[in-house]
Amino acid sequence: MHCLPTKTTRRRFLVGTGALAASAALPNVLFAHTGGSARLVVVILRGALDGLAAVPPYADPHYAGLHRELAIFAPGVADGALALDGTFGLHPSLAFLHERYLGGELLVFHAVASPYRDRSHFDGQNVLENGLAKPVGVADGWLNRALAALPRGPGRGHERAVAISQNVPLILRGDAPVISKSPQATGDVDDELLTRLADLYSKDDWLAARLSEAMQTDKLAAEGGKPAPYNGVTGVARMAAALMRSDGGPEVAVIEASGWDTHANQGGAQGALAQRLAGLDSSLRALADELGPLWAQTAVLVVTEFGRTAAMNGTRGTDHGTGACAFLAGGAVRGGRVIADWPGLAGTALLDNRDLRPTLDLRSVFKAVLDEHLRIDAKSIASRIFPDSSGARPLKGLLRA
Amino acid sequence: MQTEIAVLRFGLGARPGELVAAVGDPRAWLMAQIQGAVPLAGTTALAPVAQIFTELQAAREQRQEMKREAATPTLNITGPALNATTPGPAAAFNPIRATYLPHYRAQVLARAQSAALTTRPFAERLVHFWSNHFAVSADKGTVFGVAGTLENEAIRPHVGGRFVELLTAAEQHPAMIAFLDNEQSVGSHSELALLAARRTAQGSLGIGDKPRREFGINENLAREILELHTLGVNGGYTQRDVTSFAQIITGWSVGGGNGRLAGGTPGSFYFRENLHEPGAKTFLGKTYAEDGQRQGEAVLEDLAHHPATAHFIATKLVRHFVADDPPAAAVDRVARAFLNTGGDLPRVYAALIESPEAWNPRSTKFKTPEDFVFSTLRALDVSPHQPEEMLRSFDLLGQRQYTPGSPAGWPDTSKSWDGSDALMHRVLWASRMAGRYEQGQGPAELAAACLGAYVRPETLTALRRASSASQGLALMLMSPEFQRR
Repeated sequence: MHCLPTKTTRRRFLVGTGALAASAALPNVLFAHTGGSARLVVVILRGALDGLAAVPPYADPHYAGLHRELAIFAPGVADGALALDGTFGLHPSLAFLHERYLGGELLVFHAVASPYRDRSHFDGQNVLENGLAKPVGVADGWLNRALAALPRGPGRGHERAVAISQNVPLILRGDAPVISKSPQATGDVDDELLTRLADLYSKDDWLAARLSEAMQTDKLAAEGGKPAPYNGVTGVARMAAALMRSDGGPEVAVIEASGWDTHANQGGAQGALAQRLAGLDSSLRALADELGPLWAQTAVLVVTEFGRTAAMNGTRGTDHGTGACAFLAGGAVRGGRVIADWPGLAGTALLDNRDLRPTLDLRSVFKAVLDEHLRIDAKSIASRIFPDSSGARPLKGLLRA
Repeated sequence: MQTEIAVLRFGLGARPGELVAAVGDPRAWLMAQIQGAVPLAGTTALAPVAQIFTELQAAREQRQEMKREAATPTLNITGPALNATTPGPAAAFNPIRATYLPHYRAQVLARAQSAALTTRPFAERLVHFWSNHFAVSADKGTVFGVAGTLENEAIRPHVGGRFVELLTAAEQHPAMIAFLDNEQSVGSHSELALLAARRTAQGSLGIGDKPRREFGINENLAREILELHTLGVNGGYTQRDVTSFAQIITGWSVGGGNGRLAGGTPGSFYFRENLHEPGAKTFLGKTYAEDGQRQGEAVLEDLAHHPATAHFIATKLVRHFVADDPPAAAVDRVARAFLNTGGDLPRVYAALIESPEAWNPRSTKFKTPEDFVFSTLRALDVSPHQPEEMLRSFDLLGQRQYTPGSPAGWPDTSKSWDGSDALMHRVLWASRMAGRYEQGQGPAELAAACLGAYVRPETLTALRRASSASQGLALMLMSPEFQRR
């Protein structure tokens, strides 16, 4: 349905030169006129991932004493961390991310936080998604405002983004049209019923728009190939990739994963959190596999609302904290680096005597992705997308130019 | 239109004849529902939380036994390597699933039956409201089979009582204690912690022994009581208050267990004196003398009468019954009633009913999936009796019962439910229900009976022109009038 000649041309060109895998090396400007060579997947980890477990700072002298049995050992021993740069490692469950790090396709951020400094999940997620310095104030999300700054999409409804869920999370809500699609198949709804329903909604703009989006998305999914049931932990990621791969499909996808609120019995190299991380890792691997050659022009941003306490609590878990970790992975990423201005875990260095102190505003990462990857103009980023964020300057050189 | 608003917006959608029953005095029809306890309507028998927790404990012991039996011969013959690769019956036996699944299914079925059949639909909606306010999410495996017990054991008896009773019952319900990890939150100067410290100091630890556990608090329950159940996130408390409150409620636990954690009725609320942090504690600028279990109850008492709590609860009620953006005048009226009556809930609900904003003829609340399911069951006069049918329905529509995924509960704004994919799932479900329950009744007549003056003439025309009764019924369920309340 979304026939886009420029894209077809590009595909033919790539196949013609036999350079599918090398597409990352092609300068973005070649496709700039399509406004859409870059692909972005945002993964929101709801519930506050423990960054000190996911990216253990094993070389910090206070780490093991604070995190105790939840700490991940230094690389080189059984169940030890996967080595990064001599100071930080990756949790042993994150094998795929480690491969991408070694392949120069993963950036690891540590001691990052949104501007939010209290410890409510729900306000924290609002700030992560609304792009403001406070939990209330706008009804739309920063990623939607970013989409609004791009040329309109090629599809009939001009949608450039998809939420892989039944409903649209705050980060993607707003004026720019977006679609939602959950892995659960909608099955065969009778076309005649839909036509009559569209008629019934003709005076109800809001329901009419939803129905029209839904009908288009179903066609898109059908064109995307396999009507496979997308099951289990990797299904959501595979669904996102399949939609993004389809002709005229969305360039931006948002995926949500919950279950990170590990107040009790968090576990260390094995246990509850380790299993969650393994699930995250395998869904990212599935995403990359399914994207195929598109991976080369993709950036996957993995973020959570805040980190957790530096010290283990009384129930072998961690409570709500502040400084967290984040990941940026993909063929478009200039990776193989850890980006952290490490404040240390000494008592005096901790925020409120309990949390990893954040030294990098997450919006500096978001801005870099919008600037270097989606090529959104600096003025829109600084004013409309992230208002009142002059203190958070965009990082440079995160993406391959 | 007032009758329709009472039945469709305040209630759960009309059963056949219900609009007629409420037509005389819609406000009186609502007021008559809100006094006293709200027992389940329907016939499904449910086990209490203590019994379910006890069954789980027995199942866990059974698996330990199976493991021991399986391990002994294998170890003797071939060593542990083979043992590790051949899962015995113990591995296939999941005590949580085996124990919890039948209870979870029964709770979901009972809830749907009650919503479908009740003659007090406004009171039933309030049960759902408070159950979501004090959410226990069944996607945490350890509470999967007891998530619904809090609604039936703590909410239903107190929904027509005083807020402090409702609050105390909810926070001390074993499902809540377990969901928010308070069972083993231990004061660092508690009897148990001091004993452990003495042992460590005496060096009774042998070489190779695991270091003894260090005891401390878990602040999860304390934080969520303040943020989600009483004051609200901007209610004026600090991290210091959260920590102090967590100390205050150390010892609020669940009975059962063994060794030094033995005591209490298994599966029931139990105050473990030996885990409690002793001493007076300061919270929100007030000092609470040491009083064991009562120390925490005294804090709940004060929280229940705090202006921030009144405002927070009023805002949520008005959002639920009036509009996603709650009008300030209505919030103020309800909050004042809450404060002036000391949280006498029927009088709080009365203030809501008396708010003119609640009677705006334009319905703006897009139904949640469960609202859609319950109002459909009522419109079609169906009493569900197959748990599978209900479980599949809620899965399809994206609101698996008792699994909001977080202690904040399900969101209560249209934006959270209006995804295009969600709408397509509603269409699919509506057409399935229409295929199954179409009884030859004309869809236009059904629409008139269950939507009354809500229904537009053009919708009636469309329903009359439908190509089949079943298509007409699906269109009725998906009509803008039926999708909102």
